[in-house]
Amino acid sequence: MRYLPLTASDRAEMLAAVAADSIDALFSDVPEAARLSGPVDLPRAMGEIEVERLMSRMAAKNVAAGSVPFFIGGGVYRHHIPAAVDHLIQRGEFLTSYTPYQPEISQGTLQYLFEFQTQVALLTGMEVANASLYDGATACAEAVMMANRVTGRRRAVLSGGLHPHYREVCETYARFVGFEVSAEEPPGGEDPACVVDRGTSCVVVQYPDFFGEVRDYSELARICHDAGALLVVVVTEILSLGAVRPPGEMGADIFAAEGQSLGNALNFGGPHVGLFATRDRLVRQMPGRLVGQTVDAAGRRGWVLTLSTREQHIRRERATSNICTNSGLCALAFTIHLALLGEAGLTRLARLNHAAAVSLAGRLEQIPGISLLNRAFFNEFAVRLPRPAAKVVEVLVGKGVLAGVPVSRFYPKNDAVGDLLLVAATEMTTTEDMDRLEAGLREVLS
Amino acid sequence: MSFLRFTKDHEWIRLDGDVAVVGITDYAQSQLGDVVYVELPEIGRRVERGKEAAVVESVKAASEVYAPVSGEVAEVNDALSADPAKVNADPMGEGWFLKLRVADPKELDALLDEDAYQRFVEEQH
Amino acid sequence: MNDWSRAVSARQSSDASYETFTGNRGLQIEETLIFEQDSPGHCGVDLPEPAPFTSRLGGLERQGKIGLPGLSEPQVVRHFTRLSQKNYAIDAGLYPLGSCTMKHNPRLNEKLARLPGLADIHPSQPVSTVPGAFELIDTLAHWLKTLTGMPAIALSPAAGAHGELCGIMCIRAALEARGDRRVRVLVPESAHGTNPATAAACGYTVDPIPADATGRVDGAALEAKLGSDVAALMLTNPNTCGLFEREILDIAEAVHRVGAFFYCDGANFNAIVGRVRPADLAIDCMHLNLHKTFSTPHGGGGPGSGPVALSEALAPFAPLPWIVHGPEGLELVEHKTGAAEKSLGRLKGFHGQMGMFVRALAYMMSHGSDGLRQVAEDAVLNANYLRARLADDLSLSFPGPCMHEVLFDDRFLKDTGVTTLDFAKALIDDGYHPMTMYFPLIVHGALLIEPTETEGKASLDRFIAAVKALTAAARSGDTARFRAAPVHTPRRRLDETTAARKPLLRWRPEPTRRQAAE
Repeated sequence: MRYLPLTASDRAEMLAAVAADSIDALFSDVPEAARLSGPVDLPRAMGEIEVERLMSRMAAKNVAAGSVPFFIGGGVYRHHIPAAVDHLIQRGEFLTSYTPYQPEISQGTLQYLFEFQTQVALLTGMEVANASLYDGATACAEAVMMANRVTGRRRAVLSGGLHPHYREVCETYARFVGFEVSAEEPPGGEDPACVVDRGTSCVVVQYPDFFGEVRDYSELARICHDAGALLVVVVTEILSLGAVRPPGEMGADIFAAEGQSLGNALNFGGPHVGLFATRDRLVRQMPGRLVGQTVDAAGRRGWVLTLSTREQHIRRERATSNICTNSGLCALAFTIHLALLGEAGLTRLARLNHAAAVSLAGRLEQIPGISLLNRAFFNEFAVRLPRPAAKVVEVLVGKGVLAGVPVSRFYPKNDAVGDLLLVAATEMTTTEDMDRLEAGLREVLS
Repeated sequence: MSFLRFTKDHEWIRLDGDVAVVGITDYAQSQLGDVVYVELPEIGRRVERGKEAAVVESVKAASEVYAPVSGEVAEVNDALSADPAKVNADPMGEGWFLKLRVADPKELDALLDEDAYQRFVEEQH
Repeated sequence: MNDWSRAVSARQSSDASYETFTGNRGLQIEETLIFEQDSPGHCGVDLPEPAPFTSRLGGLERQGKIGLPGLSEPQVVRHFTRLSQKNYAIDAGLYPLGSCTMKHNPRLNEKLARLPGLADIHPSQPVSTVPGAFELIDTLAHWLKTLTGMPAIALSPAAGAHGELCGIMCIRAALEARGDRRVRVLVPESAHGTNPATAAACGYTVDPIPADATGRVDGAALEAKLGSDVAALMLTNPNTCGLFEREILDIAEAVHRVGAFFYCDGANFNAIVGRVRPADLAIDCMHLNLHKTFSTPHGGGGPGSGPVALSEALAPFAPLPWIVHGPEGLELVEHKTGAAEKSLGRLKGFHGQMGMFVRALAYMMSHGSDGLRQVAEDAVLNANYLRARLADDLSLSFPGPCMHEVLFDDRFLKDTGVTTLDFAKALIDDGYHPMTMYFPLIVHGALLIEPTETEGKASLDRFIAAVKALTAAARSGDTARFRAAPVHTPRRRLDETTAARKPLLRWRPEPTRRQAAE
């Protein structure tokens, strides 16, 4: 078998060296009743040709986003990834390296994570960022738990504009970790004065929100702070920060986001990369890995994992979180993509996204029966259709168009949102794509 | 008159009137290594004998500092936030952690005196 | 006669070691941060400028600069290439890291994960447009259920620790469903830190169980601690000392007798995959690490994937989403309806780590049930070979054969003036990533070595020779080598104390330049 270097004679020689008659002797601690006499009932070993054939067949049954006009967003976005990104992350020294616990032989990883932390801090206007978490939804839950620790309070308010999956993850953690979340109804834009009181640990808002709306949260930040609560700002489309005011400038205390839009493919929802940032004064309450700058014995600048005593392998039951990993390679892809874009490229890419959405929104608004919900948006907006959006989307599948996400997919029991459709346009959306969507919608709705 | 006692968790306590100063011993700081951070309690907080009063962190470890006696936190050593290395350099002096208003001075009688503590430390090796 | 092709005689080169002018050393290049290489306005991606349009950002346009540096593609490629050259990696050498299972990461897996039909699909696409994705996930689930013998599996947790959280949450949900509020979770003292952290996060008091003289859970101590207020025992098997818990069936029975659940930390599944089904050990719940046993790459720290195998009793509480076999084929259940109404809800956005599912399934299919069984056998044989060959040099913590990893402690370094840490740093100079150190906590100065099955005998022999030589050096009083090590690496030992006392967690532009700009 191609991945197993030991030969039969190696095995014989090694068994002799360990004074065992057979390999079974080394499994003698296994209770007899639990010993399998032979391989389990699964296919036997296959060569590359066969494995590739089987898995390609499964892949071929799926409609790839790039093969059709594609308008789906809802927290995961289809963007161009420069060719260099995937080549670089596949270098064996990045792909197959371990967590940088031995800094002398991990400076590559540590330096790029330091660059990543800096990029996230710059993008968000926050002061310090960690080396990434699993995804945006878990980052959101971690933000709430951190706010609880900082304020000593146990009640978080989740805006109705927060991505439903993020809300659901917070609710799961709340139930088992022992705190409360009160979730406002969609579509968000709540009156801050009504949701914050002196028992609130934090208010969690999304920017742009699940319906694509872009709001200024400065007033909400002020109201939170007056009440001794923290403002948590969640971002699911990180590219938006190339065009809009950063949460740090609005008074956000904790920032939790999904970084997938930079460097990472759709991947059917994972692996992605959670971003997390906060103010310097709160850094010791931040979950996840942190890379810090220092010097080595020869006085040269270098990097190490630091403030590790917050983490599970040291504090054990007193850890800030049970998290053990970050999203390493996905964070690297993010870092490389953003390094390639730079200031000029990111702002231009953001403008392209917004321009595409503006163009598309303008066209869809003209279709009889369709109304746009948003006062403002970045690259995704919500439209109200004259009939259930899920059905319309299914019909458009038949026409070879992936028209967007029906909100009812996330809120199946909420009739008020049954005719809402989330539509995203990015730098990948062409005029032809928009023609096909517009034509399809006109036809279905006529 | 000063009154110095030690615990088996390597805290020291020095009673001066009705206020006691608490810190960790030289043995403790040498076991911990370079102290990087100290988490001190709020002034006014009530602590119970044997329960956590502070946390001391080195690069690779975080240790609870237990209150040797019960009392109320009267003062904390703010200088440690800027310079945690004081705990290593002068654990019995400038590296003090907190001052307690002692609830029951008799609780100190149950603790080890200097000789008993030295013997206890030697047994650890 | 020309002179442009004259050979260089080896005799002519001098042995002198000298400082270079640049700080570079041959292939090892000193590389600054991207922020220090800024060419303002530069860009490594060519993008068109959109035609003029009216912004609809609601007045929230970004004012002022972000502060990101501009670089060309050649600069970026060179930058990250140079960084990569400072890293150790499985591709480059053996990682004897106990508890991490650093096996070879097959490249076929990378190729398949990048097929457009798997990488370029959106989790919220209409279900009818991604039947192959559900088929793949279901196939993976089938393989994992068959290998573990368990009836159900939750695939969404993003990492091992996340899987532990999922497992303990399922257990708590099951207990609450039967009106049984319990408060303690028993965890061996040798357990990985995530175990107590997870239990505490879910509101349980962690009660440690000591090990016995053989390095296994002390059965009597366990019995004494069991009670009707115990929610679960979290056990790693084989345990973190590399030993199979012989009494596991008795342990399971005792745990179940008090109505508690038996959680198994599956980090060490590599030792028994294909030879033992955890279900036959009477466990209720077990997380798997796809990035350990099933070869998905560690990527410098992640991403991982931690599916959780569940018993019949725990299956109803599995987190969303579920992929179930319906009357018309595979169905995606995304809400707490029908059979999933008792689900504990979501632990993660969307469907889970699909990219890792693809890789793990390709790995499993490549090996097949026979190959996976061979994996466990070779992993165990390799570890025992190291044990036998190093037992006279290092100090073996527990007697007898081990499973896929072998535990030593620092008694062999007594009176040498060399610590486990120094020993590990010196091993780096000899070209190896150190073994796991100071874990598990139950022995002093632990050295936990796991070679995995993808190391050949020659590779192991070279490692053994290096360790033997280092041990001899330590014993002969060559402490200077150990204190200074590593010296041949891109960086020497780094000052972690200052890094923690004065955290510098991001690059900032120098004040003088900023002031000049103002």
